[in-house]
Order: sequence, then structure tokens, then C-alpha cells
Amino acid sequence: MQDASVARVRAITHRYGKVSALDDITLDLPAGKMLGLIGPDGVGKSTLLGLLAGVRKIQTGEVTVLSGDMTERRHREAVFARIAYMPQGLGKNLYQELSVFENLDFFGRLFGHGSAERHRRIHRLTRATGLDPFLDRPAGKLSGGMKQKLGLCCALIHDPDFLILDEPTTGVDPLSRAQFWDMIDDIRVGRPGMSVLVSTAYMEEADRFDWLVAMDDGRVLTSGTPSGMRRQTGKDTLEEAYVSLLPQSKQRQTAPVEMAPLEGVDTGAPVIVAKGLTKRFGDFTAVNDVNFEIRRGEIFGFLGSNGCGKTTTMKMLTGLLPASEGEAWLFGKKADAHNIETRRRVGFMSQNFSLYGELTVRQNLDLHARLFHMPSKTIGSRITELLDDFDLGAHADAFAGELPLGLRQRLSLGCAIIHHPDMLILDEPTSGVDPVARDEFWDLLAGLSRDDGVTIFISTHFMNEGMRCDRISLMHAGEVLVYGTPENLASEGGSASLNETFIRYITEAMDEPDTVPEKLTSIAPAPPRRQRSAGMTRLLAVSRREMLEVMRDPIRLAFAFLGSMFLMLMFAYGISMDVTGLKFAAFDQDRTPESRAYLANFSGSTYFDEVPEVASDAELQRRMVAGEIMLAIEIPAGFGRAVTTGQSTSVAAWIDGALPARASTIEGYVQGAHAAFLTTRATAAGLAGMTQPIVNIEPRYRYNPSFESLPAMAPSVPAILLMLFPAILMAVSISREREIGTITNFYVTPTSKLEFLLGKQLPYIGIGFVNWLVLTGMAVFLFGVPLKGSVLALALGAVAYVAASTGFGLIVAVFLRSQVAAVFATAVLAMMPTVQFSGLIQPVSTLEGAGRIMGQMWPTNYFMQMSIGAFNKGLGFAQLAPNILLLAIFAPVFVTVAILFMKKQEA
Amino acid sequence: MRCIANIFWLMVKEFRTLWREAILLLLVIYSFGPGLYIESSGAGDMLNKASVTFVDEDQSALSRALRTALLMPRYLPPLEAGADQIDRMMDWGETIFVVVIPAGFEADVRAGRTPSLQLNIDATKTTAAAVGTGYLTATFNEEISRFAAGQNIVMASPVDLVLRRSFNPAGNETWLSSISGLLNSLSMLTIVLTGAAIIREREHGTIEHLLLMPVTAIEIGFAKIFANGLVIFIAFLFSLFIVVQGALNVPFAGSEGLFLAGTAVYLFAAASIGVLLGVMARTMAQFALLLMLVIMPIMILSGGMTPVESQPAWLQPITWLLPSRHFMEFATAITYRGADFAIVWPEFLWTFLLGAGFLVISLILFRRSVI
Repeated sequence: MQDASVARVRAITHRYGKVSALDDITLDLPAGKMLGLIGPDGVGKSTLLGLLAGVRKIQTGEVTVLSGDMTERRHREAVFARIAYMPQGLGKNLYQELSVFENLDFFGRLFGHGSAERHRRIHRLTRATGLDPFLDRPAGKLSGGMKQKLGLCCALIHDPDFLILDEPTTGVDPLSRAQFWDMIDDIRVGRPGMSVLVSTAYMEEADRFDWLVAMDDGRVLTSGTPSGMRRQTGKDTLEEAYVSLLPQSKQRQTAPVEMAPLEGVDTGAPVIVAKGLTKRFGDFTAVNDVNFEIRRGEIFGFLGSNGCGKTTTMKMLTGLLPASEGEAWLFGKKADAHNIETRRRVGFMSQNFSLYGELTVRQNLDLHARLFHMPSKTIGSRITELLDDFDLGAHADAFAGELPLGLRQRLSLGCAIIHHPDMLILDEPTSGVDPVARDEFWDLLAGLSRDDGVTIFISTHFMNEGMRCDRISLMHAGEVLVYGTPENLASEGGSASLNETFIRYITEAMDEPDTVPEKLTSIAPAPPRRQRSAGMTRLLAVSRREMLEVMRDPIRLAFAFLGSMFLMLMFAYGISMDVTGLKFAAFDQDRTPESRAYLANFSGSTYFDEVPEVASDAELQRRMVAGEIMLAIEIPAGFGRAVTTGQSTSVAAWIDGALPARASTIEGYVQGAHAAFLTTRATAAGLAGMTQPIVNIEPRYRYNPSFESLPAMAPSVPAILLMLFPAILMAVSISREREIGTITNFYVTPTSKLEFLLGKQLPYIGIGFVNWLVLTGMAVFLFGVPLKGSVLALALGAVAYVAASTGFGLIVAVFLRSQVAAVFATAVLAMMPTVQFSGLIQPVSTLEGAGRIMGQMWPTNYFMQMSIGAFNKGLGFAQLAPNILLLAIFAPVFVTVAILFMKKQEA
Repeated sequence: MRCIANIFWLMVKEFRTLWREAILLLLVIYSFGPGLYIESSGAGDMLNKASVTFVDEDQSALSRALRTALLMPRYLPPLEAGADQIDRMMDWGETIFVVVIPAGFEADVRAGRTPSLQLNIDATKTTAAAVGTGYLTATFNEEISRFAAGQNIVMASPVDLVLRRSFNPAGNETWLSSISGLLNSLSMLTIVLTGAAIIREREHGTIEHLLLMPVTAIEIGFAKIFANGLVIFIAFLFSLFIVVQGALNVPFAGSEGLFLAGTAVYLFAAASIGVLLGVMARTMAQFALLLMLVIMPIMILSGGMTPVESQPAWLQPITWLLPSRHFMEFATAITYRGADFAIVWPEFLWTFLLGAGFLVISLILFRRSVI
């Protein structure tokens, strides 16, 4: 195979449902170069990168990466050790709760580096990126720029030959962005053989790449060097060059609207006023002493990187977030979350375009119009108008969640202005949107501001957008650094651009000594140590990471343990076999000493609570229907005489049969009381021999002589809890990785499905086992139910059982994508067999039909038998062993099913 | 008016969202359809296919009569075993009851010497043990009396006891378990659907967005409660008429309309619990755990699985706070005893008040949680 190209793509077409993302692409990517993939959002850049990285499954066509066919599993597995992939989104592949060191350490372990080797690599990478002072900080608490640096370090830890970065600098402040590219350059000096493929929407960044691929609409427009591309199109900048490559219909038909100067300076009281706004979260100050005044019709820009406090400030303006200090006024009124009137005059567009993805474009617009109480007659025409204005007509019935980012942004703005607001608050409305769409978006804003006098408060991290505002403020780390018109700021202090001014201010604002990062020149070519079992190392790496993550969420852990202890208490004391406090009424038509003696057997019983007597049949019926009595004893007239003369008579016991179990218990009590009466009568009359029972039936309750509920419940309840809790925790843990995106690390590393699933499962088996210890401890020490049988056997059974329940969680998570569905399905599917059909209330052997089969196919049954056997019956190892073996079958079967249906690639 | 319009349009949105979540709807259908059928029909009777072993050292006509008196389907055909085997059999769980008939038993009966009949019960088999002991004792007594009467040993007891079970004379367990199964599905699905709807909105940032519009938290809460409640209610209707009354043949003593009204009130309470959990949990994992903590007592302590009267005195006031307990009370009252509104209104009221209480708490926590 030729080594001139790192990857070759032949006739690749990729579709998501009906939408085509890539359309017959053929490309050769030269090796050892810095390659750029440029084009707006939604043209298929990420899909192409995903295919090259092996994250996505190839539908049609051929992809050859590092001289091998990516459709072949064997090659993919081999090549994952040489590819590094960093997905789109700030810190998307990072574990937010884990520290910088732990993140890097995890990736090191995945690639089988020994301890010394990992430390060496981590220190070299973090020193080169300036992350070394923050080794202990959780990734989630890093700034956007630092997250991306960490993401890069994680990608570089195994010295990849092919580094794939998907929009690594989107949403990162200019300074960090510049540092990021310098870092990449340094790394390439040290490893000239490495190919780097980057996608970006910032055209000015693409200028420093060696070779570019320009894409639009799932096709390649052209490829070549940046200078070649400019030459080819005869344009000065790459951005212009790109736009001129677009088909005619997509190029801007009109020149950008010139922003008319704001007329009539100071047209009255300022519309938005902020005075000393400050917000602290604990000891972290998110926003510090922010002041501004915005006049009617003004476009006020709030510039700064992600996480610098822009969103927090906006939330304080809207009243959603109460300010720690300072005040904000909108339309001369203090910002107040409860002021409905103000809200009607404001349109809001939040960072992630909070649209309902599962509604169509039209439905989203309609919902907003309805909630703003527009007259229904005007809604239809207003929606049509907006669909036209925003060019959304063709997508009116598409689901918002399936639209490309640029269209979603327009829809979001449409929703924000549908009710003709006087003020717009826009939080990063253009992040991740392509240049053409951004320009058009600003034209819309200009029109709203100048023609309709709408006041616009907008935040952005694009410096060139700042130039189109009337005034801007630069924000960094919660502080407003400077505040003025963009023109003044751009030329201030001899800067050539706003970008430069900003970088200068940030550099000044950083009080830390500006540590010059060490150059990352030579990366030691440590030969990949062939470990005895690389698979085991990866499995344990996954387990270790999962364990760390669980430990970082003490609330979840506490819920799991305290929750099961609470339920254990609740059930052990709550479910009992003896029924007391049954409401009983006498219906005495006889009223003789004999009848009273008969009734005394009931009223004197602890089982019954006597309620006022019943006087008639009708009353008996009525009160029983009302649930006032559960038992009525009807004694016929003449009972006393009959008893004394030995004539036969009969007593009727009316029992409320609505609850069969309770009715059966009552029947038993009644028979007992009746027998007691007869015995007393007989003894009193000296007729002992006569009426003595023919046979003495002696019930002997084995294993629980007094038939108490505590000894019965204490061993069974853990069986229920250890099924439900571990299964749900497991299912959520897997589907959460999928929702957050960290599952990509599984896709692009040599981790196998077995290693990933077992690795994730191990910590939960451990947690489940500890939980069993806790519950068993409660049973023995708190409830005083001795564990008479083999502790070892029961412990082994518990391990096998928890492995089975977590295995069930794995299956559910593999089949269902979202966390909601996983929780829902685990609860719905596991609850019935666990609680109803595993012998808690009724022995499985006495069940019928599907319920019986379900009970026999469900592990809870076997563990409950074991637990009862060990606790109550005192069974030894030999007697418990068959159940351990049965239980041990479940987990491998469950995990195998999960592995068979799990996919190691996305569609 | 404005408030009602807001709730209406937010409900429309909820329905559209749910319609796109096919898997959730499928689970709802499973729970109310096949799931409920399996759960209720599986229960059988209180005592079903119980295994009884005889250690018959008498081998007489009477001992054989006792054995043949145990009929299917309540009992499996009785086994016979030697006295030395019973410990092992009970340890291995091969039999629930062991009846030991001593040698000379029949002769003792004839002679009026009141022999003893030993009944060994595996107490770990909880309900079966409790109920079975009663049944076995009664059956044996009856059989022995018949034998004794036939032999003219004793006169029949002068005082006869007639047991009359109202409402469910045969003690058919399916009746109750279908209602408690309905309750379990109602509770679980309503709580999960509403709670998840809130968490999902928070995760997507849309709830914050809603709060920036002229919409109040109360309206959002009500829209979720009504929309999800309505979906479950429709599933419930289908389940009640097709599965419970149709497939399971459970008779209905009272008014269906009244029962449905009560169910609507209960749905409000359950959905309010869902809202509360959705507001309290920060993540889906926390929600799942909270759900377990809440749903298990709701299901197990409602009175559907074991009678409320069997709960210890200190626990009963606590379970009184579970709307499911009130549901169970009015559901059994209406469906089996044929109670009317005059009887069940306090349970309706309490269910409603509990729901309102949960809702108020969640609204107080709501703003705090959104940010």
C-alpha cells in the first residue's frame, strides 16, 4: 500500500433515515500533513470524520485508513491504537467529575501503559499544555479552552499516527484558541509523521493548515492548499473563497446590510440597566460587579468565551436567577421572575436553542404564539410570515430536532420574535452556525433594531460579530474588562482588531504568572509493551473509572445504600402475616348470657376491635359495604336456650371477602374462637369427655415457630432490593454515557464490548455486594434474625445474584437509547417478576401460568430461596450449592445477550 | 382564562412529545395489557398447588380418607414419605406441609381417645403457610367428623358455625390482584411519565425557556399532570374494560363511573408525586433511585398485597400518607362491595388533598431546582 495518503475514501454515501449527510464522496488525504475540513454546520464534516475514525458504521463505499479497510473489524481493532479522535463539543469525551489527572490516567490505562509510563506521559503532556497546575481539578470545572487542551492530551496519550479533531476550537476564547493551534504545531514538530485532520467553521484558522477540503451539502467542493484555493477563486480571504465556491443559489444575493447609525441618541430612559450585578455560587464568583445601561433600539454585544459569566448575567437580567448583589431593571422595572407583564415584552433565545426537538417547526412557532396569547386569528398569518422571512417554509413540517444547526437557530429566533417583543435577549445565538447563516442572521437583527426599534442584548464569542453591535463589553472570568463602541475598542492601544484587543485584555487580566508552556518536542517512542493481558488491563481501567465516577456522586451512593436500608425497614416491619385490629360487630338477636359468652371470645381477642352492635340485616349489609365492619357474628334468637338444652343451633359469621387473604385469616380466627367457646362450654358443663375434639390437630411452624413476620421478611427483602437497585443503577450508567457522549471513547479505543460492559458492571457488582452485607447486617443485628446456615454459600449466591441483576440492567441499556427509557423499562419490566412472582408473598411453586414461568426464569426466586434457606432453615453449603449454580447461569447469559446486541459503532 | 389557555397549549405539546416516544407508550401498553393479565391470572387462589406430604404410620381407612380429601387445584396430589425423610424434604423446600399420622390413629379415634395429628408447616412460605394451615385443619376436621359420625362415635357439635363471605364468596384472588395490579401500573407509570417529562425538559433547557415566557410554574405543572394523567387514564379505561372485566372476568359490584372518577383523583395525586420527584432529582440516576424509594412502599404498603390491618400500629399512620392506600380502600369498596359516593367520598377527598399537598411542595421547590 502506498504511504502517501493517510486515508482514502471511495464513493462514500451516508444517510440518516431520509436525510443524506454524505453524497458520493471520494477523497485522498495526504499523510504527514495538517489537514483541514472546512464548511458550515450540517454539511457532513462530522459524519466524514466519524467514518474515518471508525465511530460510525460505513453504509456504502470504501474507507481506507492507515492502509487498511475500515469495514473490517480486525483492521479497525488494530488501527484504534494508532488513531485518536476528539469529538465535537467542549469536553465531550471527558469525564466531567474526574480530575484532569484521572482523565488522562484512564486513557493511559486503556492503552496499557504501566504506572511509571503513565506518569511520565501525563506530566510531559500537561507541562506542554500548561495544565500541570490543575491536575486535581475536575474536568467539568475547567474553562472551555482548558477542556479542549485536556481533550487533546487525552487523544495524544498513546502517540497516535492519525489525529482527528472535530471542531476543537468552537466556543473557545481567542487566546485559548491561539494557544491550542500553537500546541498542535509544536506537537507536529516533534512527530512529523503524524497526520492531523481538523474540521472547523472558523475560516481564518484554516489558513494555517497545509491542505484543505471544502465541503458543502454532503459533497466536496474542492481540495488543495489554502493559497491554492484562494488563487483558484481569485479571492483575498479563505472565507470569501469558500463562499464563491458555493453554488450560485447559496451565495448571498445581497451585500450585508449596512448598519444604520442609531438615531436620536438618548431617546429616553435606558431600557436595560444593570448596577453592580454579582452572582456567587458558594465561594465561586461567576459574575462580579457588572454594570451597563442599554438604550431603546440599541444592539448591545456581550463578548467573551464560554463559561465567563455571560449566561449567568443574562439569567439575572431575566430574573430567573436572583442576583447575589446588585440590581437589574428592565423597562424601568426591577427584574423579577414573577413579573408576567415584562416577560410578554421580551423575546428570549437561549444558548442551546431551547426548542422542542420532537415538535415540528410549525408546531414550535404555534406553541410560542399560543403561550404569548396572540389572538388566534393572527397566528396563522404570523407563522406564514415568519416562515417566509426566515426561509423555513420548506421545513415547516420537519421536526426541529432534526434540523441543521443554522435552521434551528433561525427557528429559535422566529420563536423569540413571534409576538413582536420590544426587547430581545439572545444568548450565543450564533455559536456553531456557519458564516453565511451568521451574516444573514445579523441582517435580521439589524432590521429588528433599526426598523422596529427592538432593543437587542446579545452575547457571542465571535469577535467579528462584535463589530456589528452598537456597543460591546468584553467579559472574562466573571468580570467586564472593558466597555465601549466596537470601533474604539478595536483600535484601542494600537490593536489591529477586536480580537487582538481582547487577547491583550485577557492576558492582562490573568494574574497568574504567564507560564510559558514547555515545548513538547520529542515524544519518546516507547515501544508498546505487550502486556500479558491487554484486555484485562482495559477492563480494569473501565472499572476503575466507573468506580471513581460513582464515588464523585455521593448523593447517588447514599440513595442506593440508605434507600435500600429504609426500604428494608419498611418491609420488614410493614409486611406481616398476623392481622390485628379487625373491626368486628355483634349482631345478637338472642341477648342471653350464652350469647354474650360466645361474643366475648371475639371482643376479648386481640385480633378484633369491637365496634357498635348491628341491629338488623339491612344495617349489617350497609355497614359492611361501607367498610365499617369486616366481621359480624350473627347469633339467632333462641341460641342460649339451644346451647343449654343441647339442641342444635347455628351461628353465622359474615366476613368481608373483598380482600381474600384477610378473609381467610378472619375465617381462621373465627373458627378458633368458636372452638374455644365450645371447649369452655363443655368444661363448664362437666361434659368434657363429650365435646372434646375427636382429634387434636397440632400445627408446628417449622423454621419460625411463632410464625412471626420479621424472620420471614428479613431474608426475603434483600432479594428484592438487590434486584431493583443494581439493575437500575447499571442501566442508567450505560445510557448516561450514551447521552453525554463519553461512549465515543469506547468506540474509538481498542476496548472490546466485553471489556466495556464487564468493566462497567464490576463496580456495581461490588456496590451490590456491599449492599447485601449491609442488609444482612441489619437482619442479624437489628432484627435479631440469626443467620444459621452457610454464610460463605450465601455470600457467593449474593455475588452471582447481583451479577445477574446488573446483567439485566445491561440488557435494558443496550436496547434503549435514552436514560428515561432505560429507567422506565427497568422499573416496569423488573418490578413484577421480582415483587409478585419470586415467592415474597406466594411461593413460586403455587403460581399459575405465565406468572409461574416468569418466576422460574427470574433470578430473584432462586436467591430468595437461598436466603430463606440460609437464614431460617440453617442450610449448609451443600444444600445451597445447587441454587448458587443456578444463579451463576443468569449473569453470563444476560451479559452475552447484551454483547450480542451492543454496537461498537454508531449508525 | 389565560391560565387555562396556557395549560391547554402546554398539554398539546406534552401529547405531541409523548407521541414521539414510542418506547414509553409501548411500555404503558404492556403494563396495562399483557403485564396486568399475567400478574392477575398468575396469582390463582390464596392456596394453589400446595404440596402436602403424609407420613402415614397408621395406614388405615381414615388416614387414606384424609389424604384423598385434598383435591386439585388447591393441593398437588399428596406425597408419602417416611418419618426420617421429612427434615430433608422440608429443608430442600420439596413440600410445604407434612402431615404425620401416628400409628393407631384410627383406633384412637374410634375409642374416643383424642389422638394427635401433627401438621408441620414450612413457615418460610408465608402466605401459603398461613392460609394453608387453616384450610388443612378445616378439611381434616370435616373429614374426621364425617368419619366419626359414620361410626356413631360422637354427636355432631350442637352449635354449628356458618361462615359467609360477602362480596367475593369463593375468595378468588384474581379479583383483588387485578385491582392491585391496576393500582401498581397506575402509580408507577404516572409517576415515571410525569417525573421524566420534567427531568427531560430540564436537561434540554426548555423548562427554563418556558419560565421566560408568560407562563407560570403552576401552569407547567398542571399541564404535565393533566397530559400524562390523561394518557394513563385512557390506558386504564382500556385495561379496566378489556383486560379486567373482559379477559379476567372480574365482576363489578359498584358503579364504573364512580370508580373512574376516583381513579382520576388518584391520577392527580400520583402525577403530583411524579412532579415532586422530578423537581427533587438533579439527574436521571437520582430520579431512578428516588422512584424506587417511593414506588415500592406505594405498591407494597397499599393494602393490595397484604392487608393494611397487618401493618404495625406505628406504620399505619405513615402509610395513611400514601395515596395508594386510599385508592385501594375506595377501589375495593366500589368494585366488590358496591359502595356509593356517600361512602367513599372521604377517601376521594384524602387522595385529592394528598395530591394537592405534594403539588404545593413541588411548586415551592420548583424555582429553586430549575436554576
